[in-house]
This record gives sequence, structure tokens and C-alpha cells, in this order.
Amino acid sequence: MKNFKKVMGVMMASAMTASVLAGCGSTKSAATADTQSAAAGTETGAASTDSAAAAGGTFKIGTIGPLTGDNAAYGLAVQYGAEIAVDEINKNGGINGYQVELKSEDDETDNQKSVNAYNTLKDWGMQFLDGSTTSACAIAVADYTKQDNMFQITPSGSAPDCVKNDNVFRVCFADPAQGTASAQYIAAHKLGTKIGIIYDSSDVYSNGIYQAFVQEAQKQGLTVVSQEAFTADSKTDFSVQLQKAKDGGADLLFLPIYYQQAALIFQQADKMGYKPLYFGCDGFDGILTVKNFDTSLAEGAMLLTPFAADAQDDLTQNFVKAYEAKYNLTPNQFAADSYDAIYAIKAAAEKANLTPDMSVSDICDKMKEAMTQITLKGLTSEKMTWEATGEPNKEPKAVVIKDGKYVSAQ
Amino acid sequence: MSFLTALVSGLSLGSIYAIIALGYTMVYGIAKMLNFAHGDFIMVGCYIIFTVASTWGSSPVLGVIAAIILCTLLGVATERVAYRPLRHAASPLAVLITAIGVSYLLENLALLIFGADAKAFTSVIPWNGISLFGGQLHIQGVTIVTIAVSIVVLIALQPFIHRTRSGQAMLAASQDQGAATLMGIDVNRTISLTFAIGSGLAAVAGALLCSAYPSLSPYTGAMPGIKAFVAAVLGGIGSIPGAMIGGLVLGIIEILAKTYISSQLSDAIVFGILIVVLLFKPTGLLGKVVQEKV
Repeated sequence: MKNFKKVMGVMMASAMTASVLAGCGSTKSAATADTQSAAAGTETGAASTDSAAAAGGTFKIGTIGPLTGDNAAYGLAVQYGAEIAVDEINKNGGINGYQVELKSEDDETDNQKSVNAYNTLKDWGMQFLDGSTTSACAIAVADYTKQDNMFQITPSGSAPDCVKNDNVFRVCFADPAQGTASAQYIAAHKLGTKIGIIYDSSDVYSNGIYQAFVQEAQKQGLTVVSQEAFTADSKTDFSVQLQKAKDGGADLLFLPIYYQQAALIFQQADKMGYKPLYFGCDGFDGILTVKNFDTSLAEGAMLLTPFAADAQDDLTQNFVKAYEAKYNLTPNQFAADSYDAIYAIKAAAEKANLTPDMSVSDICDKMKEAMTQITLKGLTSEKMTWEATGEPNKEPKAVVIKDGKYVSAQ
Repeated sequence: MSFLTALVSGLSLGSIYAIIALGYTMVYGIAKMLNFAHGDFIMVGCYIIFTVASTWGSSPVLGVIAAIILCTLLGVATERVAYRPLRHAASPLAVLITAIGVSYLLENLALLIFGADAKAFTSVIPWNGISLFGGQLHIQGVTIVTIAVSIVVLIALQPFIHRTRSGQAMLAASQDQGAATLMGIDVNRTISLTFAIGSGLAAVAGALLCSAYPSLSPYTGAMPGIKAFVAAVLGGIGSIPGAMIGGLVLGIIEILAKTYISSQLSDAIVFGILIVVLLFKPTGLLGKVVQEKV
């Protein structure tokens, strides 16, 4: 019995060490975010820092997203994109002359953890929320921001319900809008006539796009030859779904799903000797970062995304350069969405003449009004405006994967 | 033809379930415990192969051998540290809960060490397979190898269990651990050996799983582990040929349900069939009915 206790002790100790170490990931990244924005603050020179301090502090923006877990590529991009934007803003004198602080919290794509992350940020003194990154989490958090009347803008929460509360806005397209735009794009560019679809029926994002796509495809005169689903519990074997698309003669495979499954689908289709044109939405983004993935399999795949890192305009070029220098990564759409979200906050805050000493609720009320009045030139669109419903108005763009890189589709 | 294609896909999926179920059922049959961490031993095996292959760029054979050795050690160590002290605990639930704990521990350790992003796994079986009927029907190399390996394991285990002293000790321990101890059998050693074999099989299953579905993440083993557990129950848990048959049947039903009924409802159908089978044959397809003597 004594022996048993000893062993249990060792077990518990090791489990605790593991959990403490696991915690390190998020704490460290949040801490880095802090020091970076603080460092940027010092660079701006004594004058502005002093005036900000005298007038009552700084604006505090929080981001929430999966910094670890299955979708870490998204959450980290949101954090990094926001960091780049905040660095720039602080260097150029801040918002209304006040410096901006940024803090990022991890939610591991888990609704409950997302709410916990929100509470942590609220305790820290957050006034604007750039998050959550994924749809379900953004919806979960939106219930709490509504109660607190906290201004929320989700960079990439695309489910319709994300913006159901009047205090929530978004930068990306809504899911149905992505599905509709995809069908229109495919028809307008005559990319395919017979279309196969594989979607994740257990995922709200995938379902939303799928339904809108099928509806619009009918209007556009596209023939959908196969519509097959998979679920979170059976997401490794796609042989049946692919076989049905192949048997139906689909020359274009529409995949409104995330990149992990897309990578498996590419590999399995290749083994079957099936080579359709792949067309995806923003969930595809990240496929080129899968370690060891043979990117030649994704050659020619297209995705509807509002951001391409190779675009030649100055704004994109500067952003990509700063991002690559700082994180040694090529930014994806999530980073661009988040960058635009921060600038939307800045534009609206300046329009409404906000100061950091105002209460969270007052800030939110003023922001709601100001958001519908601003016009933003951002990374994800030349010209973005917002409806009072929280939906953005902007043009969709498509990119194609060429030689292992995203290239703007012509 | 589409039926044949579906059947081959089903065999391919089922053979993976079968080889995982073999490890499950062996441990259950002898130690009378459900090792819920079995799926995660598989994941550990995959990461070892992945690391060996990407660090030294050597042939996958070396990676597989390393994975078998390390997984065997991991299995024996886990049994020694986490399961053995609880074997005589008041409630059999204690070991079950500990197994779930070990499962989470391994998943989180993998998350910590390797990160969350999915990694593309390079197949350890370079053979592309065979095409039949002028290319209309393609059987992947990994499917053939998996079925072959399962059958070899199945056949090799029979003489081992029935002819060798260690195997007979396992049989004895599986019937009555107390009586086996009285007969001079070292039950602890026997169960360690069972875990060694089961975990070694997990490494092999991992190599085949990730060759068939080449995406590796800390949760890779979790769902196949659960499905394989279902396969083991379907075939009759504790029965080695039962695990094989259960795995193949489960895979084929799953794919046929996807093909002919609905790709959305396939899991519901699979588990529905499991319930029906268990209603009529509570011990599974090949399970033994053990009668309690009064």
C-alpha cells in the first residue's frame, strides 16, 4: 500500500509538471505580445508616451484564438497579424494619441476555454476584443460581450450567428457569402461544369458554405454530381466520397473544409489516380504549412480568400515583409483579417473620438455607431465598409497554388 | 464494380481496425483490463517513426524497429507504474480511470513535444499496390501488407499461446489469476509480457495506420482506438481471431453504409449494428460464454 502511494505521488507530480509545462506555451506567447507592444511603445519617443500617460493610460485590445491545439495555425496568425498592426500604430502615434497594448489568450478551439480567455482579458482591462478566431468560439464569447457591452470584432468567425448581437462585427465573409461567392466565381470563370462536393456535416462552418453553394450553383447552371459528407468522428478515410465524385465525372471538387482533411483528400485522390480541380474556401489556408506535406499534390488548387501574400500593392508588401522578418512565416488570410480588424478598431475609435478613460460600455456604444461610418482600405480589400448588422461589404478574390506558393488567380 | 471498390476500401479500413483491435483484445483477455491508452501508444509509435525518418532520413524499417522497441518499453513501464499498483484496488474502475488518465497524459505530452499541427507522414510501405480489371479496381499496397501482417500475427500468436510456457502462463492467468499464482506462475511477469506484446503490436499498427492515412497529430490514435475497441467487442473481446473478424466486419460495414446509405450516417449505422449484435450475442461474434460455477 505504501508503495502504491509513492507511485501515485510520482504520477501526480509528473502529470502536474506536464500541465504546468503545457501552460507555458500560452503564457509565453501572451508575455511576448506584451513585451513587443511595450517595446514598440518606447520606440515612439518620449513625447507621445508622456502625453498618453498624463491623459490616463492606453487602449487595451485583446485577441483570442487557438494558439495550441488542432487549429493553432489560425490563432497564431490572428495574434501575429494584430501584433504587426499594433506595432505600426504605436510607432505612428497610437490611436487618438494614446498607445495601444495587446494581449493574446489561447482557447484551443474550445468554447469554454474561449470564454475563460475572455474573462482573463477582461480582468486585464481589455476595451476591444479582436476575436475569437473560430466561429463556434466567437459565438460562445459573443454571449458574454453582449452582457458586458464590450466591443467585439472577429477577424475570421464566419458563421452567420457570430454577428447576431449588435456589438459584434467581423472582417471576413460570412459562410453563406463564401459559398455563394464560390459558385459565382466558378461559373464566371468556367472552372468546371460537373461539380463534386465533400463537406464536414459535423461542422457549422462547412455546412453553412455547403448549403449556400448548392443553392447558388443551381442558379448559375452548374451541375452538382455528388454531395458527400464526413463527420468529426470519421475524418481519415475519404475513399468513398472521392469514388462517388469520380464516378459522377466531377471535374471540379469543391471542398468547404479545413486544411488537415484537405491534405488527406489530396493524397487519397492522388493514389486513386483522380485529378480534379480543387476549389476551397478560407479553411484551405494553411495547407502549405503542413509539415512534410508534398505540396505538389496541391498544385493548381484554388481557394477563395480575400488575401494573397504575393499581391503587389504597397500595403500587402510592407505587411508581408514585416511579418516575415518578425516571425519567419508567410502571413495567411487570418493574419490579414486580424491586421484589418485592428485598423478597423483604430478608424472607428478615431471617428468617435474615444479616450482610454471611458468605460467599456460607452466605448462599445460609440464604436457601434462609428463602425458603420468608416471606410477602410485594408489588406483583405481595397475598400471595406460595415453594415449595422456587423457584416462587411467587400469583393472576394481567389488565389491559386503554384509551385508551393499562393498566387493571385487571374 | 462499385461494390468491389467499396469492399476493397472496407477491407483497407477494416484491416487497420483489426490490427489495433488485436492489441486491445490481448491485453483484455489476459490482464482483464481495458487499456484505453492503447490508441495513444499507436500515436507514440507514429511519432517515433516520424522522428527517426525526418531526423536521420534513414529507411523506414529502422524507424519501425525503433518504434516497436520503444513502444514495448513504454507499455511495460506504463503497466508497472500506472496499472499494477491498482490491480487489486477495491474497484475495477480505478484501473479504467487510470488508463484514461494515461491516454490524456500521452496526448498532452505529444502536444507539448511535437506541437498541434498535423504532420504529413511518409508511408513506410513504398509499394503502390496492384491494379485489377484494367485499372478499374486498385488495391493499395498498404492494404495488402496490413492484412498480411494481421494474419501473420494471428497465426504466430496461436502456437505462442498454446505451445510455449509463457503462453500457457498467459492462458492460466486469464482464467484465474489467484489460482495461477498458487500454481507457481508469476502473474506480474506474465501481464508485463502481455503488455510488451500488445504495445509492440501498437507500434506496428501505428506504422500501418499512418501509412494508410498519412496525417499525424497528437490525436491520431484516439478515434481509431475507440473504433478498434468496438471491433474487439463486436468480435468478442478476449478472442484473438474475434478481433481480426470484428475489425474487418466493422470496416466493411462502415464503408458499405457510406457508399449505399449515407456518408453522414455511417457511424450511426455501424454502432447500431453493434448494438443489435450484442443484443443477440452478448459476448460478441466469437466470444466465449464463461459459466460461473456455484
